[in-house]
This record gives sequence, structure tokens and C-alpha cells, in this order.
Amino acid sequence: MNRLAPYLLLPAVMLAVMPFMSHSSWLALTVAGLAMGMMLFLMASGLTLVFGLMDVLNFAHGGFITLGAYLAVSVLGPLTGWVSSESWALNLLALLAAVLAAAIASGVAGLAFEAILIRRVYGSHLQQILITVGGLIVAGELIVALWGPQPLPLAKPAILRGSFLLFGATIETYRMAAVAVGLVVYAGMHALLNRTRIGLVVRAGVENREMVEALGYRVRRLFVGVFVAGSALAGIGGAMWAEYQELITPSIGGEMTILVFIVVIIGGLGSVSGCFTGAMLVGLAANYVGFLAPKLALGSNIALMVAILLWRPRGLFPVGGK
Amino acid sequence: MPNALLTFEGVHTHIGPYHILHGVDFAVPEGEVTMLLGRNGAGKTTALRSLMGLWKPNQGRITFAGRDISKLPTPEIARLGIAYVPETMGIFAALTVRENLLLATGPAGFQQDRLDTVLALFPVLGQKFAQAAGGLSGGQKQMLAISRAIIEERRLLVVDEPTKGLAPAVILHLIEAFQKLKAARTTILLVEQNFEMARALGDTVAVMEDGRIVHRGDMAALAADTGLQERLLGLSLAAHQ
Amino acid sequence: MKRQHPVLTALLVLLFVALAAAPFIFPGTKSVATASRVCIFIVLAASYDILLGYTGIVSFAHTMFFAFGAYGVAIPLAAGWVGWDAVLVGTLGSAALAAAVSAAIALLSLRVQRLFFSMITMAVASFAQILATQLREITGGEDGLTFSLPAALQPGFRLLAEPIFGVRADGRLVGYYLTFFVALAMFWLMRRLVASPFGRVLQAIRENEFRAEALGYRTIVYRTTASAIAAAVAAVAGVLMALLLRYVGPSSTLSFDVMTDILLMVVIGGMGSLTGPALGAAVVVLAHYYLQPLMQAGHDALAGVPVLPNLVHPDRWLLWLGTLFVLIVYFFPAGIVGSLKRR
Repeated sequence: MNRLAPYLLLPAVMLAVMPFMSHSSWLALTVAGLAMGMMLFLMASGLTLVFGLMDVLNFAHGGFITLGAYLAVSVLGPLTGWVSSESWALNLLALLAAVLAAAIASGVAGLAFEAILIRRVYGSHLQQILITVGGLIVAGELIVALWGPQPLPLAKPAILRGSFLLFGATIETYRMAAVAVGLVVYAGMHALLNRTRIGLVVRAGVENREMVEALGYRVRRLFVGVFVAGSALAGIGGAMWAEYQELITPSIGGEMTILVFIVVIIGGLGSVSGCFTGAMLVGLAANYVGFLAPKLALGSNIALMVAILLWRPRGLFPVGGK
Repeated sequence: MPNALLTFEGVHTHIGPYHILHGVDFAVPEGEVTMLLGRNGAGKTTALRSLMGLWKPNQGRITFAGRDISKLPTPEIARLGIAYVPETMGIFAALTVRENLLLATGPAGFQQDRLDTVLALFPVLGQKFAQAAGGLSGGQKQMLAISRAIIEERRLLVVDEPTKGLAPAVILHLIEAFQKLKAARTTILLVEQNFEMARALGDTVAVMEDGRIVHRGDMAALAADTGLQERLLGLSLAAHQ
Repeated sequence: MKRQHPVLTALLVLLFVALAAAPFIFPGTKSVATASRVCIFIVLAASYDILLGYTGIVSFAHTMFFAFGAYGVAIPLAAGWVGWDAVLVGTLGSAALAAAVSAAIALLSLRVQRLFFSMITMAVASFAQILATQLREITGGEDGLTFSLPAALQPGFRLLAEPIFGVRADGRLVGYYLTFFVALAMFWLMRRLVASPFGRVLQAIRENEFRAEALGYRTIVYRTTASAIAAAVAAVAGVLMALLLRYVGPSSTLSFDVMTDILLMVVIGGMGSLTGPALGAAVVVLAHYYLQPLMQAGHDALAGVPVLPNLVHPDRWLLWLGTLFVLIVYFFPAGIVGSLKRR
């Protein structure tokens, strides 16, 4: 029972709030919460894996989120024709281009970041925190230098605007799409981790890196790969979040970093399942509380984090073995 | 020694501020079982970790098949064909028994005949093939760790105290398993506290004390000379016999 | 105590003399305000150093305690309770609150992995910032609070009828020396603290937590006490900042930019020395004022070149200090002070 409890938390939370609202509000809020959770999961998964595999805590992870968001703006700007077109194919093509550009740019930035900054500070958490915070400052300034400090608008593709009715609840199309994309990515990541040799090595490495090396796997190289993939995912999350907000500011990464940290703390640093559950919890809590008690909404995530840490000091899915 | 597969030549290793190995010299002949004995804290585990590159030797040479490996990173050392079973066994608790074994195979996955051999050696692992390794008993974990080391053909098997903390029945089972490996002319470097096991398996022996090798020779000679045993290995040995 | 490098001694003496006589050496409202800022940030950065340099804790909530102090005096003053008693009550109250909250965070984070601490403080700090912008009735929200100061600190106040060495003895001068002497007292207290047996235990914990624990020190108690003291001192610095600006708002006290400044000061100056952050504070505050005109010149000179002018835009000064920060963490992890000591 105690081992199953973290898995049951999500449905329990969903059911617990049902009596306090109409069914249609509940459905709309749940979809909104899950959509937010999916985007948070994309942003947080890389951070948690990088920590699990190499014991590296990257405070500059938010920089990749920001970069992804700005890349989306830059790509969608010239593609306005496609974005507002009636053709859903052009819509999706524009969206795909934006997401792909975000993934590539963040991935490349991650590669450079790992090579220049992270590689030199293995083993010292203090230095890691300081150097990645320094990196975050520089990255944020570079983004402002390139795109300017003013907020930038961007438009959602025409087919993802508006909303539709589902069981009497008004559901925003984009949210549903975000849930779908998030599920696809989660399923893909799950398959990669559980069905492939690379995934097997990553899971083993999270538990005991030294032994994996003693079995002949070059964990350093693998780590670079995971770091790049995690950065790219953060970029995708940033791009999707930007489209969801339809307005981005340079502080987007910093704001999301706080939520991402809460997600990985709740889930248990290093655990992908924990990261997923944590992201959903944060997304749902933000939406439920925002509806039931708007005044408390801001504190809901902090309260959630404190409550879970008091219950399970190492998060819902602690990663052992080190 | 004419056909040594592995040699330590004047190896010094520091761990942080502590100087642990003070010039270790010994050789592991090909096709034989070499026992590395010594009291707790003599530096046996450090010697094995230095061999695997998990702690870098500060001075001296470790050669494997004629090549100096003392500066190589751990994965490269392992890829030369060395299988290592650490004192802590290094079992991945969250992975299944199957996945633990699969990690040690080449890109093609399991070779059926070798898998069959291993499962015949330790049938219990076959029964728990799809279960999480974290749920195994201590003895079963040790069997899994050894199975993982022999699931592929390797040139050298390095095992750190496989009998530590195990029940006598399990130890007998392990001795049997090692005897089969020995019969197949597997080169083995084995660290042990259990003298029974050492006597049963060892061809040559090296004894460590305070980070140095204090005795080298035939296992049979040491097994026959209780006075030498007493002097080298102390009273703790009597308890094992 | 190791002997100090003569260059370091000279720098510190220079800093002290410059601050002690600032209104006379650099007359003018702007320079005196800059000197006040240096004094305040010396206290703030040094108090952060007690955490970072002496216990190895990386907290991102230090600005929150700074804000406690600032709002602590601003709220009564803005509500019309203008007097020294209000300042005193605000100071003591906010310092006590800061110490209590800091101790609570430290105790909570002891339940969890040590690494969580930094992440948790970051979340708590952002929560505080949101709170300050949302509780509009109390904090003035985004706009913050403006207020009047006690009479003795107002520009119209005359301490003496005659100028001293050509400088009017007005409320600004009184305000400056209030800041200077409070900062001096705080700095002296912190020096005493780190040189005391308590401070030596903190350093022992930083060097080797296991060993300190094995020696029988309750590291929990020491860590918690250290964070409480650091928070209380940060609150006092916040009070001084509020009195200097006659304004308190979320961006001037709570934003991540302020936290960035503190980190820059401590790391550039050198962790674990208190004098390092003091020098670092002077360097960073002066950079704020003097790097920007320099960058403006560069910006103008590069006009017409793509992208480059943006990199030297005066608002991008943090880009260069951030780069400096990263380089220092790499190559001179002990900062200015440490690099001087090694010679």
C-alpha cells in the first residue's frame, strides 16, 4: 500500500475536488491542469535525468526553456501566413517548424553548455550551483541582447485556437493538443527507457553510475546525450508554453524554473515517473486551487511541495542506490 | 612469471589524503585462479578498484595483456575483457534479473548457450528472471553478480569477497560454481577472507598487509603451512576454519 | 590568523576611509547615495557570506530577509507612524521575523536532501515576491510604498547651522552616517562572530560535516543558528535600504536581480572571508554606476554593426558581470581576497 500510494495520489486528487465544483468545470479544469502538467513534464524531465545520471544539478535549465520560447516566436513570425491559414496542414507545418527549431537550438545550446560549463564542475555541488546560476545570468542577458527586453506576442495556429464542447464542458483546443503531445512524448520516453539498450543503461546509470562504467559503458558520452536531449525537451516545452501564453517575456524561463524545481522535488530527483506525477500534480493543483480559491492559487505549489516533503522527505519516487 | 595476464608493478594509490597502497607487486597468470588474501583494511579492495580505474593509481603500472592500463578510464579497462564483481555486488535493484544480466552482454543481446550455462549454474535466477533484483536475497544477489560477470566471454574475472555475509550453504554453492569456472580455465583474481574457499580454488596466492604484498606463492604451499597462515593472516582465520 | 596580504590591507583601508569620509570627499547627492549603497550591500553580502562561505549553504532566499527589513520599516512609516520608535519597532520586529522564518526553512530542509535546500529557497523566494505584489493593501503591490522619514533624516533638517568643511549638515548627512555606523557595527559583529568558537565550528562543518558531527557538534543547531543570524542581519540591511530610498517595492528588494547582485559580490570578492564580500560589494555597486556609461560609449561606437551594439548596451552590464562571475568561479574560486592570500 505504502509503495502504491504515490501512484494513487493523482487520481485521488482528481476525485477529491469533484464534489466542490460542477462536472463541466471539473472536466475543463482537469484538462487545463493536465495540459499544464504535460508542458511542465517536458521542461522538467531533462533536469531530473541529468541529476539522476551524473549528480549534476543544473540551475540554468530554465535558460533552455526561454530559448525554446524565443525560437518559437522567431520561427512563427515569418510564417504568419501559414499560422493563420485555413489549411490545417500549413498550420501544423508551422507548429512543427517552431517546435523543431526550438528543440534543435536548445539541444545545441545544451551541448555547448555542457562542454563549456558543466564538464568542469563534476562532484562539487556548490560549484555546480554557482556556475550554472552564472550561466543562467549570462544566457538570460544574451537572449535579451538578441531579442530585446520587450514582451513579444505570437499567435497559435488557427486550428488550435478556440475551444470545443465535451460533455458540457468548454475545452480549449490547444490544451487538448498539449495533453496529446505530452502523452506522446511521455510514451516515447517510456519506451526508450524501458525497451532499448540505451534506456537500460540510463536506468542503471541513475542507480549506480560506477558499476555501469565497470561494465564497459562510456557513461560520460551517454550523459552528454541525455543532457542534450533534456535541453531539447526543455526547448520544446518552452515553445509550447509560449504558444499557450501567446506572449513571452525574457523572464519566462525563470518563472518556469521555480515550477520545474517544485516538480522534481515532489517527484524525487532522478525519477522520470516521479517527474511525470509531480508535473501533473503541480498543473492540477494550480488549476483547481485557482478556481476554488483564487487568492490561495499562488501559494498552492509551495504548499503542495511542503506537504509532500513532510510526508516523503525524498519525494514521491525516491531514487536510491547512491 | 612467463604468461602473466595481469601484473601490478609498484602501484601506489591515494584516496583523498590517505595513502592506501604502498607499492603493490603481483601477477595473475593466465588460466589460473589467483587469490588475493589479507586482513580487513590491508588494501585488497583498493587494489581491485585501482585495477578497474575506479580509483586512479598515483604511481606504478598495472598491465593487462602486456598493455599499461593504469591511466585508462574505467569503461575502456572493462572493454579489454575484464569482468568485475565489487564487494558491494553492484546489483541494480530497480532493474529485473534479466536486465541486470542483459547489461553485461554485447549489442546482440544474450547468447542462448551462455545464458543456459549460467542459469544451470544458478537455477534460482531463472525462476526470478523477470523480477526486480532488489527483491533477491543476499546470496541470490551474489549469484546474479557473478552470473553477470560470466554471461559473456571475458579474459579476466575479478571478484571481491563473494562469500561476505553469506550463509554456509550458499558459500558451498558458490565454491562449486567457481570450481566449474576454474575447470574451464577461466583466469580469476579473487579477493577472499574465507580460507576454505581460497584453499579450494586458489592456484597462486598473494597476501597483502598495510598496502603491500607480504607473501607470494603457491596456494597449496600456504594451505599446508599453518604457521605461515597464522603469521600472515592472523587469528581471524581460525574462526573461519 | 594568517597575515593579510599588504595589497588587501591597503584596499580595505582605502575602502574604509572612502566610506567614512564619503560626504566630504565626494560631495553631491548621487555620490553619497552610492556610498550608502556600498555600506548597505557590504552588510548584505557579508551576511550572505556567513551562509555561503562559512557553512557552504547556497540559499536564494536571502533577498527575502532583506525585504522583510525594508517592508518592516516601510509599512509603519507609510501608514503615518513617522518616528524613530516606528523605525526601531520595524527593525527589531523584522529582524526577529527573518530569524524565525530562516530557522524554519533550515529545519524543514534538514528533513530533506541537502541539495533540495537551494531549490526550496528559490521557490520560497519567488513565493515571497508574489506575496509582496499581491497583498496590495499592506505592501502597495507592484508600486511599492513611498513614505516620509523621521524629521532628522529629511533633507530640510539642519543638525548644525554652519556647514562642516563646506558640507551642509542636513538630514542627508545624518542619514549617511546612520547608515555608515550601523553598517560598521554589523560588520564588526559579524567579524566577531566568525572569529568566535561558534564561527570556528561553522568552518569545521563546512570542511567536513561528518567529522564535525563525529566530534560531537550538533551540526543542525549550528547551521540553523547561522541561517537565523544571517537572515536577521540581512533584515537590518533592508531597513537601511528603505531609509535611503524612502521607497520600498518588490523589484528593489525581492527580485532575482538583487539576489544576483549579492552572489556577484560574494563570489567576486571571495567567499568565506567577510572582507571579500565587502570589497565585492564596492566593486559591484561601483560597476552599476560606472560600467554603464562606459558601455554606453561602446554602444555608440559600435552603432551600425549588427548584434554587437546590443551586447554592450548599457542595460546589458549584467552580461559582462555574469561572465566575470563564471570565470571567477572557474579560475579564482577564492575571489579577490583568496587570490591575494595565496601569493
